[in-house]
Amino acid sequence: MSRLTYYTTTAALAILFLFPLLWSGFASFSTGSGFGLENYARLFTSDNGIRPYHVINSVVVCLLTVGGTLFISILGGYAFGRFNFYGKEVLFLLTLAILMVPYATILIALYVLLGWIGLEDSLLGLSMVLIIFQLPFSLFMMRNSFEAVPKELEESALIDGCTSFGVLLRVMLHAVRPGLVTVGLFAFLTSWNEFFAPLILLNSTDQFTLTLAVVNMRTASHGAIDYAALEAGVMFMAVPCVLLFLFLQRSYVRGFMSGALKG
Amino acid sequence: MVRRSWVGAVYAAPTALVTGMFFLVPLLLVGWMSLHDWPVLGEPELNMPANYTDMPGNELLGQAIWFTLKYTVIITVLLFIVAFGLAMLVQHQRRGVGFFRTAFFLPVSVGFASASLLFLGMLSQEIGPFKTEQYISWTSGSPGLALGSAVTLVLWRFAGFNMLIILTGLQAIPTELYEAARIDGASRWQIFRRVTIPLMRSTIALVLTLMIAGSLLAFDQFWILTRGGPDNSTTSLVMVIYREAFIRLDLGSAAAISVVLLGVLVVFNIIQFGVLRRRRAL
Repeated sequence: MSRLTYYTTTAALAILFLFPLLWSGFASFSTGSGFGLENYARLFTSDNGIRPYHVINSVVVCLLTVGGTLFISILGGYAFGRFNFYGKEVLFLLTLAILMVPYATILIALYVLLGWIGLEDSLLGLSMVLIIFQLPFSLFMMRNSFEAVPKELEESALIDGCTSFGVLLRVMLHAVRPGLVTVGLFAFLTSWNEFFAPLILLNSTDQFTLTLAVVNMRTASHGAIDYAALEAGVMFMAVPCVLLFLFLQRSYVRGFMSGALKG
Repeated sequence: MVRRSWVGAVYAAPTALVTGMFFLVPLLLVGWMSLHDWPVLGEPELNMPANYTDMPGNELLGQAIWFTLKYTVIITVLLFIVAFGLAMLVQHQRRGVGFFRTAFFLPVSVGFASASLLFLGMLSQEIGPFKTEQYISWTSGSPGLALGSAVTLVLWRFAGFNMLIILTGLQAIPTELYEAARIDGASRWQIFRRVTIPLMRSTIALVLTLMIAGSLLAFDQFWILTRGGPDNSTTSLVMVIYREAFIRLDLGSAAAISVVLLGVLVVFNIIQFGVLRRRRAL
């Protein structure tokens, strides 16, 4: 392939891949005659538009999911990477089995289960479900991170009189920081963007997450759909994710590769 | 260093707790539910095996199974070709290649539901750039158009992800092998057939598995973009599960379909794990 053909083909394809996002940004600011924030205003004020509490709901779910995923996978990854204990193999295989079972197939049962324990239609219940499906990837990532930390680092701290928990807090967490960023990033992206789980687990519109509320603008509209406000909603959801990708490309690619390779 | 085993067990306890509670219990529960007439409100009643024996009579389910299989084949073939092509284009270091990789990967960073909404507006006659003289609904004008718009969306959203996996595989092939083949006088196509493809076998198996499993579980793209229409022609299997559970309020039937789908995917995964492991060992 000559240089000219290569660059024309690849650049044309790149434009094709960038076009939808550029168009959506353009459409979200376009008022027909000029540009302005009217579509964003309608996004937040029209009858079936989104409300500030939808944004807050999403932020709450993200905080709970990211916090819970980090907490469980730091402790679990430390246990799997550095300790031997009864039932270790069985538990690790069990968490890997979560990868084999597509979550869409057990969501019906989770819906019933959350009802039994008083977590129906709740952001906490949704977060627990998001955590569990984030867990195999996160645990795997953290176990590998802990295993990669040189033993000497830990031993010298133990000799200095630290408990294993002290070692974890003071020495290990610092050493596994790249893994933490990747785990946190993916927990955030999943909880911010997830659609199917909140659709099933949340019933009342005041519990809706942002994604659910924006999709609801399409589903709940009986007459014409306000497409321009919809694109404003798309931008509102997508821009944070695009920025995170551009700033954290390295953590991003690492996460995708280890997630895809499943070990 | 001697470590008491209970310390590790304490650290692993939260993992064991949530895995048991929110994975093992629902896994057993979905099987249990599938044996019952289980309404959303009210007491469940054992009706085994009615939820399973009713399946062949469920016309929409049959239609959805065929549609999901057809969609899976179309997506797997097209997505593989596009992703492989993109990976070939950006595999060598040259000026601007970093920009191209980022451009192809950028859609992956957008949530799938957001991407579906984005396409809904972009393919609309109201504000979209593909406005026609005569009104055509790109997303639900005909079964073909509806499927085509969903396929376009999925290609845009997922090509970069698969490109990245294939790219990693391509870059793991030692350049000496290519050079040796060239010295032996192999043509470009022969090199591709005899060097690239055989060495990429496990990567190819991996992306194909991810594509197939993902397509069998398709939901967002059809729920948001085509609403399963026109005339249920783009209703996927997972949409039927949703419909049984929350529109027909029959959780037992939804559970039974889930169990069958789960069984198929677990068997598929086990086969794939076996194949991948064997190939890696070779």
